[in-house]
Amino acid sequence: MSTFLGMPSLPVYGTGNLFASESFPTAAHRELGNAQLRANLGHATHTIRDKRLKMVAELPDWEQLRDAGSAIKESVMARLPELLEQFEENFTARGGVIHWARDADEANAIVAGLVRDTGETEVVKVKSMATQEIGLNEYLEEQGITAFETDLAELIVQLDHDKPSHILVPAIHKNRTEIRDIFLREMPGADPQLTDDPAVLAMAARAHLRRKFLSAKVAVSGANFALADSGTLAVVESEGNGRMCLTLPETLITVMGVEKLLPSWQDLEVFMQLLPRSSTGERMNPYTSLWTGVTEGDGPQNMHLVLLDNGRSAALADEMGRSALHCIRCSACMNVCPVYERTGGHAYGSTYPGPIGAILSPLMTGIQAEENNSLPYASSLCGACYDACPVKINIPDILVHLRSVDVDSKRGKKKLPSQMDAGMKAASWALSSGKRLGMIEKGLPLGRLVAGPDKKITKLPGIAAGWTQSRDIPAPPRESFRSWWAKEHRKPDTSSAPEPSQDKEDQP
Amino acid sequence: MSAREEILGRIRTALKDNPEAPQIPRQYRQTSPLDESALIELLVDRLIDYKAQVSVVDAAGVPARIAELLAGAQSYVVPTGVDAGWLTGLDHESGERRRHLDSTAAPLSVAELDGIDAVVTGSAVAVAETGTIILDGSPNQGRRAISLVPDHHICVVNAADIAGILPEALRRIDGTRPLTMISGPSATSDIELERVEGVHGPRKLDVIIAR
Amino acid sequence: MRIALFATCIVDAMYPATARATVKILERLGHEVVFPSGQACCGQMHVNSGYLKEAVPVVANHVAAFDTADYDVAVAPSGSCVASVKHQHPMVARSCGDKALEARAAAVGAKTYELSELLVDVLGVTDAGAQLGSFFPHRVTYHPSCHGMRLLRLGDRQAQLLRSVQGIDLADLPEADQCCGFGGTFSMKNADVSSAMLEDKTANIAATGAELCTGGDASCLMHIGGGLSRQGSAVTTLHLAEILASTAEEPASVSGEVRVSTGKATR
Repeated sequence: MSTFLGMPSLPVYGTGNLFASESFPTAAHRELGNAQLRANLGHATHTIRDKRLKMVAELPDWEQLRDAGSAIKESVMARLPELLEQFEENFTARGGVIHWARDADEANAIVAGLVRDTGETEVVKVKSMATQEIGLNEYLEEQGITAFETDLAELIVQLDHDKPSHILVPAIHKNRTEIRDIFLREMPGADPQLTDDPAVLAMAARAHLRRKFLSAKVAVSGANFALADSGTLAVVESEGNGRMCLTLPETLITVMGVEKLLPSWQDLEVFMQLLPRSSTGERMNPYTSLWTGVTEGDGPQNMHLVLLDNGRSAALADEMGRSALHCIRCSACMNVCPVYERTGGHAYGSTYPGPIGAILSPLMTGIQAEENNSLPYASSLCGACYDACPVKINIPDILVHLRSVDVDSKRGKKKLPSQMDAGMKAASWALSSGKRLGMIEKGLPLGRLVAGPDKKITKLPGIAAGWTQSRDIPAPPRESFRSWWAKEHRKPDTSSAPEPSQDKEDQP
Repeated sequence: MSAREEILGRIRTALKDNPEAPQIPRQYRQTSPLDESALIELLVDRLIDYKAQVSVVDAAGVPARIAELLAGAQSYVVPTGVDAGWLTGLDHESGERRRHLDSTAAPLSVAELDGIDAVVTGSAVAVAETGTIILDGSPNQGRRAISLVPDHHICVVNAADIAGILPEALRRIDGTRPLTMISGPSATSDIELERVEGVHGPRKLDVIIAR
Repeated sequence: MRIALFATCIVDAMYPATARATVKILERLGHEVVFPSGQACCGQMHVNSGYLKEAVPVVANHVAAFDTADYDVAVAPSGSCVASVKHQHPMVARSCGDKALEARAAAVGAKTYELSELLVDVLGVTDAGAQLGSFFPHRVTYHPSCHGMRLLRLGDRQAQLLRSVQGIDLADLPEADQCCGFGGTFSMKNADVSSAMLEDKTANIAATGAELCTGGDASCLMHIGGGLSRQGSAVTTLHLAEILASTAEEPASVSGEVRVSTGKATR
């Protein structure tokens, strides 16, 4: 049988928590109204930004590390099928079991089945974006299995029945007082005298989770890296909750996107320098655990890995967008993003917020899914994210690419063109000829009339009202530069070959 | 079609443009120029920055330093492969009484470990630039659980095992062993990005650098 | 040197004084300026808004206007339009499969400079006061626009030129590297976020006590100036070219009639 017979057609999009349920501007409007949120976010993003800059400046070879990281990831994408097979072979040879999941539902069902097989009804969890993406906790709950988040921030979010708003610091939108109140309200046996000192709050979390760690039989984790040439998995963390989950239980179930692979051990030296400095702004995170299948007498003896597609193959099929899969979830892009700083992560709807989320979510779900087509516009294209990205994902270019995918996907489908469509079409006509622009500029004095004696325009209709919501427009000048130049240089301009008669026509 | 076949098929289809795998430019630093005393100095600086306690002693001074650090501990655990000489500074009788041995063949239970105050281990390699100590489960370092559950970790680093930068350190170890990279005591910055040392992992990390 | 001026659509239509100042500076250095009259716009508004198809004729027009003209280098008083000419034009041509246009666009891009880049790198201006006679006795703060800073990597060229203007009192802008929130159609599509960004930018400008904010991009300055005007601030905006062109004999008008301003500068 030909291998092409069963070749699936693409793209097959992802499911789960990847969708904006309302448009970004609508969500952003609401979030911007929350002054406490803005203050918390402003403080947190500035703190982490400064730390990152300081740590990055310390390394003389930061740019070389970025170059290597970017090339390694590009290479992984080009060789993904072969690397996945190599990883599978090595992981399996060391006693691990691999499960493949096409989408969120399939991954959830696999994990629930594995937990059920152990006879347990509770699992401890290490912070993981992949399980957040597939909505694992909610699914397990439906199946009668309780998942305990053990990362402090995830614990805060889980206790508050909230959603994470940042991929590294999921409770970045909460300040210490809010967190103290959550603990008092939701944490069984919390000391009523609890203060809002972060050290005190961290100790309360330690006491709360300690019994869970010591008695847990099953843990669920994500993975930061997977090394194809050895079948090794890595989890990068700070608090020791990861080590607890990865070391003490009998069964470990790891859920990981297919794109997380690195070809070899040597590549780890690049990423373990890039990741901690980019994410927490530390020289190195407190703990990194690496394990290669089962080690007899040390750590879990039942080792499972769920390899997740869930729209990653769809993102990979987009030649312009596929480098979004290089992402190592460091969160540097959101920490430097002026849009994220003001709206927070919830405005993006998806598990993946910020600049990377604005490209990754629509790439994984398709631009037309729910409100995800509003995400690529959630950027002023200032480029801070690209500069901060440790693997050099050109997020602004991909944003612009996805905007054009969005515009093209709507062409010919609407009965009436939108104001934006009509405006762009008209502007294309006007701005594709010096002659036409010159003619239009003859109307500038009319604009002066509109502006009136205050010499400013304060209210515009339609989509332009967005501008005049907070900005005036100056009264236009009496004449354009073009017109002035033509008057000053009456001799024919030899450099204007395409439209030789223009100077003359531009005369008032 | 199995999920495996289907996912691999999707990925192959996605790559139908046959993108080229680029050469990897490895122009980043591969070695560091520091000598032993400079490496020790740098490692000490970085560990202190993480709020670990550090002492630099001659190899002969390790037992006394360990004894000093264990003075307040009711109990401690060591892997069976620990350098026996390190424990000679402890008063013989009390040292024996407080001591628990652990190995993959005869592991302590999690509950037992939870009742133990401290742990003494060796280490495989350290990275001066990042203040990182790597444990690889060798007999003098033991199972991962023993350096995790007790609240006080005393870790001996031989000066010869200090590498300047991460690439040098990773070249010295076998990546398929169960590895733990430790950079200071456990910590969190989850509340307003304010760093708090000591969460679930050992809240106290004592590093003894043996010259 | 024969230098072709790309005025950019916004400067041509709304801020002609900026283009006149650019001409003045270059002529003062003894160069000849030409204005390819077929020029209109770089098309980045279309590209950045996803209207690639509509961008094609705009890009084709720019390339036609500039690849037939006879000049040594082209210059524009805008980092973002130059970045578009250099980076986006070949991409737009590629997107419509026009190989010839792609090659011509790349050639035009290679000859096109942002004003401070041309002055510093090509024309060797290190001291605006001495070489251009620049004189501007005002307290000024400077906003380095994102595209100049991150796409063209202008570094401190603009700030360096400003610092060497005689009489200037240049105040550091806090959080200078933060975007002002303009972002083309972003300012309309995501008006709330854009306004929030602008609010912080104008607050930082106010904190410097400067009479005016300068920069290398008329679009960002229009945005910032529009916000200052709406807030009733006395602070105005003025393009870098106009400060460099300003001399003791012919000083730039700080609150000229095309400025967005509700009142005279107070300092």
